[in-house]
Amino acid sequence: MLNRAAHRKRFLQRVYEGLIERALFGCALFSVLITGGVLSVLLFETLGFFKEVSLIAFLTDTQWTPLFFEKHFGILPLLSGTFLVTAIALSVALPIGLVSAIYISEYASDPIRIFVKPTLEILAAVPTIVYGYFALTVVTPQLQRFIPSLSGFNALSPGIVMGIMIVPIIASLSEDALHAVPIGLREGGYALGATRLQVVLRVVLPAAISGVVASFILGVSRAVGETMIVTIAAGLQPRLTLNPLVPIETATAYIAQVSMGDTPHGTLAYRTIFAVGTSLFLLTFVLNIMGFLLRKRFRNLYE
Amino acid sequence: MSSSGDLPKPRLDPMHAKTLRRHILPRLKDRLFAMVGLSATLLSLLVLAVLFMDVLGDGLSRLNWQFITSYPSRKPDQAGILAAWVGTGWLMGLTGLIALPIAIAAALYMEEYAKKNILTDFIEITVANLAGVPSIIYGLLGLGLFVRWMNLGRSLLAGAMTLSLLVIPAVILSSREALRAVPNSIREASYAMGASQWQTVRYQVFPAATPGILTGIILAMSRAIGETAPLMAIGALTYVGFLPGRGLFSRFPINFDCLLEPFSTLPIQIFNWVSRPQKAFSVNAAAGILVLFLITFMMNGMAVYLRYRHQKRSRWS
Repeated sequence: MLNRAAHRKRFLQRVYEGLIERALFGCALFSVLITGGVLSVLLFETLGFFKEVSLIAFLTDTQWTPLFFEKHFGILPLLSGTFLVTAIALSVALPIGLVSAIYISEYASDPIRIFVKPTLEILAAVPTIVYGYFALTVVTPQLQRFIPSLSGFNALSPGIVMGIMIVPIIASLSEDALHAVPIGLREGGYALGATRLQVVLRVVLPAAISGVVASFILGVSRAVGETMIVTIAAGLQPRLTLNPLVPIETATAYIAQVSMGDTPHGTLAYRTIFAVGTSLFLLTFVLNIMGFLLRKRFRNLYE
Repeated sequence: MSSSGDLPKPRLDPMHAKTLRRHILPRLKDRLFAMVGLSATLLSLLVLAVLFMDVLGDGLSRLNWQFITSYPSRKPDQAGILAAWVGTGWLMGLTGLIALPIAIAAALYMEEYAKKNILTDFIEITVANLAGVPSIIYGLLGLGLFVRWMNLGRSLLAGAMTLSLLVIPAVILSSREALRAVPNSIREASYAMGASQWQTVRYQVFPAATPGILTGIILAMSRAIGETAPLMAIGALTYVGFLPGRGLFSRFPINFDCLLEPFSTLPIQIFNWVSRPQKAFSVNAAAGILVLFLITFMMNGMAVYLRYRHQKRSRWS
């Protein structure tokens, strides 16, 4: 039979354990709190914005000039800028990223893999301001030698550099997905006399497709949210165009541009950055949830 | 893999269309793809090399003691990064203090304690989403919440809190992965010895996962060091003619007022120099980037080393 002291000790122990679990749970809830904070700050200021500007004007006006004397609040030029740079970035990053992923997962010998994977990680860790500097001082002047009509600030050069920035993300996430496909599926293909390429294209890639698509979506989300490269090299001139050779402005760059100046708190110009921020948040939110669900589905398939 | 080894000697006439289509072409395509794949993979390495050489060529001559120990200046050859790197150091220290305990505790809860229900699913999807939110949005949150609402101003503390929001989801994700890699048999053995859940977590699971958690922390912090956009959004100054946090011990025991002063960081200073038209400032930017590179490479190297050593020594998997 246990004596009193032992009972007491056991009771205290249980209370202590309970407290720790509560505390840890509180920390886990913190992330929900952050999301709540993001949403409420964005919503609060955005509602203030839409008291003065109609939603229809915001979505249909083709000019964005909130800092000028004659004010227009159409977000389309910023969205077209974002879309243009993202499209250029993806047309660079998708093929290179996917081919690298297939190579690393299916072809590369161990020494190459051991050398390449950390290098890709370093490439992913290069601060984006460095990529911005690179776009402005190296890529744009080099492109101008081939395309004389290219403006000093344009969508093409930051788009290409952003693509290079996204390659490691797509490559490593796709490689994870390809690598997780059971070896038995591959062996089945080889047993039928298929080459590595045939096995990759007809067995491994289809089996890993949800993971690969998820990596694309997360790449898009990164491109849409990238700020510094476009702020430095794309020109900060909102323009409704799909011409990659002229200066444009993306949604992120607009927020950065207004923050650089001294916009007083509470003005309409101050609120515009939150309205743009809300649009940006919604866009990336949809992309992130899609990517998350696809990855989860993929994990459940093979792990 | 051996399955595609050497071309087998065709037993049939190699010029026969069917042989060509079924046996020779697929193998040629396979070889071709191997070459394309290798060049695509090496391309990213090449870009990294070009980038590095370019910055090295532009900035190395400017990188000297005077550059590291001077305040910013209107004259490019007298300007330096003293306030910037001290600011970066303070910012990272504060961010670590705020973000890491919360993030690790959250990861411990989600991996070791959480039961499968709607709430934990919701938390999980929230964290995954937060890790993908553009960093400038965190800047807007910092601007609305810390700078305005909590009235911290454009201060070191507001900056650190903003960066913490960025670091927390990343560290939660990597720490969870490290905890998940600890085999269940370790937990079961601990329970079998009569340990409670917290004792198991505290003395078995957490120590076993420490190298993985540490790797994730280093990577997340090295990303945070290079972050520019959120700090711009909260309005970090670019001209700071004093050392941030210099008055920490000016009053007994600690004077926290100095955390409410404006600050600058390395990436902000670099951005300021990049956006000026004069060539001499662009050289300064390159020199600043070299310092930033050095820090990032060192931290990533540390992470790679930690992981390598852990892989060698781990008793399982």
